[in-house]
Amino acid sequence: MGNAAISVKGLKKSYKDKEVLKSVELEVEKGSIFALLGSNGAGKTTIVRILSTLLKQDGGTAIVNGFDVASKPEGVRQSISLTGQFAAVDEILTGRENLIMIAKLRHLANPRQVADDLLKRFGLTDAADRRASTYSGGMRRRLDIAMSLIGKPQLIFLDEPTTGLDPEVRIEAWKVVKELADGGTTVFLTTQYLDEAEQLADRIAILHEGIIIANGTLDDLKKLFPPAKVEYVEKQPSLEDIFLAIIGKKEDK
Amino acid sequence: METVKKHFFSDMGVMLGRSMRHIMRSMDTIITVCFTPIAMMLLFVYVFGGAIQTGTDNYVNYLLPGILLIAIASGISYTAYRLFLDKQRGIIERFHSMPIARSAVLWGHVLTSVVSNVISVVIIILVALIMGFRSSADVLSWLAVVGILVLFTLALTWVAAIVGLTAKSVEGATAFSYPLIFLPFISSAFVPTDSMPTVVRAFAENQPVTSIVEAIRALLSKQPVGSEIWIALAWCFGILIVSYLFAMRAFKRKV
Ligand SMILES: Nc1ncnc2c1ncn2[C@@H]1O[C@H](COP(=O)(O)OP(=O)(O)OP(=O)(O)O)[C@@H](O)[C@H]1O
Ligand SMILES: [Mg+2]
Repeated sequence: MGNAAISVKGLKKSYKDKEVLKSVELEVEKGSIFALLGSNGAGKTTIVRILSTLLKQDGGTAIVNGFDVASKPEGVRQSISLTGQFAAVDEILTGRENLIMIAKLRHLANPRQVADDLLKRFGLTDAADRRASTYSGGMRRRLDIAMSLIGKPQLIFLDEPTTGLDPEVRIEAWKVVKELADGGTTVFLTTQYLDEAEQLADRIAILHEGIIIANGTLDDLKKLFPPAKVEYVEKQPSLEDIFLAIIGKKEDK
Repeated sequence: METVKKHFFSDMGVMLGRSMRHIMRSMDTIITVCFTPIAMMLLFVYVFGGAIQTGTDNYVNYLLPGILLIAIASGISYTAYRLFLDKQRGIIERFHSMPIARSAVLWGHVLTSVVSNVISVVIIILVALIMGFRSSADVLSWLAVVGILVLFTLALTWVAAIVGLTAKSVEGATAFSYPLIFLPFISSAFVPTDSMPTVVRAFAENQPVTSIVEAIRALLSKQPVGSEIWIALAWCFGILIVSYLFAMRAFKRKV
């Protein structure tokens, strides 16, 4: 175990008779950025919900920060923070009130100060006293991520953190993620964007039809790709090519 | 686990603060809740009142307890509504992934329901005073009235919690309160039950609203409360306990 922030073995989950996770295996190293890639409906959110104790698995084990999600959910909750796929902010409260609320729930000594600092860091100071319902999608997402940073959890889940963001805000979000990892926080993110995984992640896993079909560093994954043929121009495979090639291979079988 | 328990009350306080803000920012909900009962009170007192024989000289005094119950029954549908919306939004998932007692979220809603219903009850009593409501009750009787109303609110709030937690649509989450609002009409809230046909009368005299209305009416007019108050309390506690258990079950299943 030692250095693993997350360790998942044989994880299974079905909704009614729809088998979403067949047997998922993965390991995330402490302090790293881990990207889980998968197309729509692959089960990324399902994995995140199980790891963040919102959903019970049908089989297999998942250990998060040394706590079993099934038997020690309280321990898991002490050490994680979740930014769900859909912005989890209270729309009727202002940005500042949202942050103060979470800081109070984390029992921090100075909730107002915490809120002020985060508002500044995420460029929300001007909008701080407006209701979150008046925020743009990007501002809401920034507030959402800011709320997840409160209390400095060891591990942060980001479920499709940049879906629906414009390119500029996206790059900003990437910066935050990198800063987090530099500060020692483990980041588990899901994404449909291959370039996002390529940009951010130390390790990438591809979830397809209920199992992890590839797992490794970007270079590892590149090796899985058939060597570039000598053509007019030699083309380095992008992660997109790799992704499509791997999925294609599976489906050919 | 220990830390979660240790912080239960402070966490619940934060949740209460949150949903009280929601209410304060949508004062229209409180006004809507007060509007119908006040309109009914006006209608019954100034339009039908002359034709209704209650055996009392002050019809507002007779009517008020039933009107208050109607207000509470419509007020709690907003609790179901707010719970339903919360369940649908991502924020509840954030709370549930944090080290806070899950029931703190639910209790925040329940206490908010009590506070907002107390506000509407006070508004309606003020209007009733203008319309000629007078009470000779002493402090102790008033406390008893407040106690019964709070208990009634809690009982219906837990019913609302079941609905809010299990509803599939906003309409479903709010529509359940219509029959509850209707219940006082088939009770002694507006007219004495002796004028009713036997079957209706049998229902009216044995449903919770009648005993609660009679108990409050007796307390407000310094009459002996007799056994009504015990029947009223038994109903309130009964509904409270049963709906609490079902609501908690629905809640555990959802989260
Ligand atoms: N509560 C549920 N009941 C039934 N089926 C569900 C439920 N939640 C998810 N599913 C199904 O499980 C599959 C995986 O869903 P999940 O949300 O985990 O996918 P995802 O990879 O996060 O997709 P997306 O990229 O669209 O967010 C989907 O086919 C979805 O329809
Ligand atoms: Mg998803």
